[in-house]
Amino acid sequence: MSSTSNWEAVIGLEIHAQLLTESKMFSADSAAFGGADNEYTSPVSLGMPGALPTINRRGIEYAIRMGLALNCNIRTRSIFSRKNYFYPDLPKGYQISQFDEPICEKGYVDIYLDGQPKRIGVTRAHLEEDAGKSTHHGDYSLINLNRAGVPLLEIVSEPDIRTAQEAAEYARTVRNILRYLGVCDGNLEEGSMRCDCNVSVRKVGESKFGTKVELKNINSFRFVEKAIDYEIARQISSIESGERIMQETRLYDSTKNRTYSMRSKEEAHDYRYFPDPDLLPLEFEQAWVEQIRKTLPELPLEKAKRFQAQYGLPEYDALVLTQERAVAEYFEKVANLSGNAKASSNWIMVELMRELKESEKSIEEQKISAERLAELIQLIDKGTISGKIAKTVFAEMWAQGGQPGEIVKTKGLVQVTDKSSIEKWVDDVIHANPNQVNEYRAGKDKLFGFFVGQIMKVSKGQANPDLVNQLLKEKLKK
Amino acid sequence: MSENILELDLASIVERVKRRELTAEIVATKFKGQIEKHNAHVNAFITVNDNAVERAREMDRKISNGENAGRLAGAPVAIKDMLCTKGLRTTAGSKMLHNFVPTYSATVVERLEAEGAIVMGKANQDEFAMGSSTETSYFGACRNPWNFSYVPGGSSGGSAAAVAARMSVAAIGTDTGGSIRQPANFCHLVGVKPTYGRVSRYGIVAFASSLDQAGPMTRTVRDAALVLEVISGRDERDTTSATKAVPAWGQNLSSNLRGMKVGMPKEYFDRGISDDVRAVVMRSADILKSQGAELVELSLPLTKFAVPIYYLVATCEASSNLARYDGVRYGYRADFSTQAAADLEEFYSRNRGEGFGSEVKRRIVLGTYALSSGYYDAYYKKACQVRRLLRQDFIEAFKKCDVILSPASPTTAFKIGERIDNPLEMYLNDIYTTSANLAGIPGMSVPGGFSREKLPIGVQLLAAHFEEQKMLNAAFAIEENLKLTAEVPHELH
Repeated sequence: MSSTSNWEAVIGLEIHAQLLTESKMFSADSAAFGGADNEYTSPVSLGMPGALPTINRRGIEYAIRMGLALNCNIRTRSIFSRKNYFYPDLPKGYQISQFDEPICEKGYVDIYLDGQPKRIGVTRAHLEEDAGKSTHHGDYSLINLNRAGVPLLEIVSEPDIRTAQEAAEYARTVRNILRYLGVCDGNLEEGSMRCDCNVSVRKVGESKFGTKVELKNINSFRFVEKAIDYEIARQISSIESGERIMQETRLYDSTKNRTYSMRSKEEAHDYRYFPDPDLLPLEFEQAWVEQIRKTLPELPLEKAKRFQAQYGLPEYDALVLTQERAVAEYFEKVANLSGNAKASSNWIMVELMRELKESEKSIEEQKISAERLAELIQLIDKGTISGKIAKTVFAEMWAQGGQPGEIVKTKGLVQVTDKSSIEKWVDDVIHANPNQVNEYRAGKDKLFGFFVGQIMKVSKGQANPDLVNQLLKEKLKK
Repeated sequence: MSENILELDLASIVERVKRRELTAEIVATKFKGQIEKHNAHVNAFITVNDNAVERAREMDRKISNGENAGRLAGAPVAIKDMLCTKGLRTTAGSKMLHNFVPTYSATVVERLEAEGAIVMGKANQDEFAMGSSTETSYFGACRNPWNFSYVPGGSSGGSAAAVAARMSVAAIGTDTGGSIRQPANFCHLVGVKPTYGRVSRYGIVAFASSLDQAGPMTRTVRDAALVLEVISGRDERDTTSATKAVPAWGQNLSSNLRGMKVGMPKEYFDRGISDDVRAVVMRSADILKSQGAELVELSLPLTKFAVPIYYLVATCEASSNLARYDGVRYGYRADFSTQAAADLEEFYSRNRGEGFGSEVKRRIVLGTYALSSGYYDAYYKKACQVRRLLRQDFIEAFKKCDVILSPASPTTAFKIGERIDNPLEMYLNDIYTTSANLAGIPGMSVPGGFSREKLPIGVQLLAAHFEEQKMLNAAFAIEENLKLTAEVPHELH
């Protein structure tokens, strides 16, 4: 593949977020996951003759919440339209969506990549209903309409994104905001959040857009990056070998890490949008929007800025700790109880997050409460245990639960600060290693660490490191 | 009892049933007998409700237990086959739904039954209400009881024929462009299309959602008012239904029209009306005047656009509303047992190609075309703009008058087969009725007399949004003066 340096990619994302309402967008059916096949249906969601849609107020409220968090203009009058197309899992033969006059428009999201901020425009965010699910079994297909009618918020970005990394970071940021607001659980793997990417390439300096290709079937943030990188390379190499890019939809195959054309023949879709005559224009008071604005939580980026200022955290730590609302809240509790924000941040970001990642658990699902982690940090700070011992205690807390103080007591892990005991360990180690002592005294300073290690070993890690250092230095001088 | 139960009006039946002078069972049995005698030839019903008499017996038990039997206790009604009836086949006059049995009832049907009405059966109609003669029904044409060679009108022709032939005392029709008023006019009945939003559309097969309204078809104005009271009012399942209070129209009926201004738009009288129709309308105008009303001249210059706008709006909405009939979940599915569908497109095109009749297909194609990209602005969008102007025209007109009097259609009923091959001529039959649907105002047809051939001629009354009382009063005055409610179709003798 030739050099990509004189090419630039233009990327826009369409994120579909399933809203966490109890019932569907236009009917009273449950919007819960699972259920027996076609259990969550009614004449409305089955598209039976004469059945009519009604609007779910909670769905509107969630759209407004997200719209506000995306810095959008909230339209107090918006229109539901019909998007007409035939597919067996689309019961009415049209999807109720928004076309002209969507509920949210003209917003933006700030993302951080390698510490650099970038603002991505949000063209619009509109409400629509999900379709059902078809499964194919040889010569027949089955349809499950439990998902048909579940509310979706489609968030459309401006083509402001230039790299795959930016795209993935934008998607992560939007996901974090959705989760903070509690309007969507943002799970790409399970499809509660879907991410379609529009990708085109053009020569650097060109102001016209190239022909865009839509990528679908991307079910992780890592794949957002990989699929776009693949697609950019594919488009550049196609153009350079004299081909023309076709406007099409391509599916991403994560096992082969490539995209392939979804349709064998070129299909011109004409959705014949028109305002749904079954639903009056959606109108509400600006006061409702203001009321919702007041209930918005502190959003990830605001929180990260506050963490930097209030707790003196580095930017990186603050950004990591604020990605998940639950983690951020956990951190604040530990930091406030322990009185040591930097240590709290380190324990959470290094030890706790590693365990969470390995066990695929969320912070709510594990055994170490914020109070107990704070207690552990205090035990170190008070000199009761060393940092090294603390790791042992932490491992025990992770596996079995329990209070750190208790664990230290029952396992006899209290730090030894008694000078005579430590002196004995130091003497023993010096006597046992005469050669090393001679070498050290001859100027090989590096060996100091070796002696410390040996002493910690014989003391089972319990020796107070400061005292060890002090005594060892004195004795080795002699 | 020597009196003929079949000739009683709805108000009398309900009163007698409630007073236990007559049982609901006897009433239902009598009307059922009439269905058995005439339906095979008239074809007013697609499906007869076998449980009607049993339902009537339940009603009698309720009454003898002293329970409230409801405002329509024991009244036999016909329901147009556009309205879903739980457990009773609902076809919309189409092969597409020839086997469809709903699991729910339309709000209108629920409200009728809650007030004690007895559903006698499902009335014939043009397929998906697309037609003006009930000839496009998959279940065969319906005949006009006043002359079996003639159409009863449409699309609610079966509802009209059922009431005219005394197979029910009232019927529910639906009116998208005149489908209640025109057949009422052809069958010597009162037919009311209420203000858009008055009556819930929930459970009514949608033809054109922004135009469709269900309404009563009866032999008297009072009966129409009583039925309308029952079916009107806000329904949470239809967001387009109005929250306005429902007046006691029947109780408030008055033929004293002092202070009422009656507008007669010149555009409704300028061409194509038969002499008989003109004479009947003028006679009604004289009656209104004699009852104290003042006649005022009026102009509705956008009238000439009503039919073209109507056929754009209605077909566009229909093309989308009928997309759900795909043979996937219910309704007609082509026989794929000998030859499987090659792909999804063939599956759809065979189901829909075989399930829909030609008039329905014509309108789906028209609507699909008018909504497609590149044509949307010129057709659908433009039609909606002119529609708003037309509505404004009426709002202005009703500042100058209380009701509008006009013909209901240019001619009397036509012969079966006479216009079926000329869609354009058929569409022009709607020239006086479509405006009310486009403007969302209430309209009704009330018997005004007969032609030389003794075919019924009605007149149309229109009123401002939610002013049904005014047009009902004007109609009541015409009815009281003409004294034609006792006329019985000669074919029944």
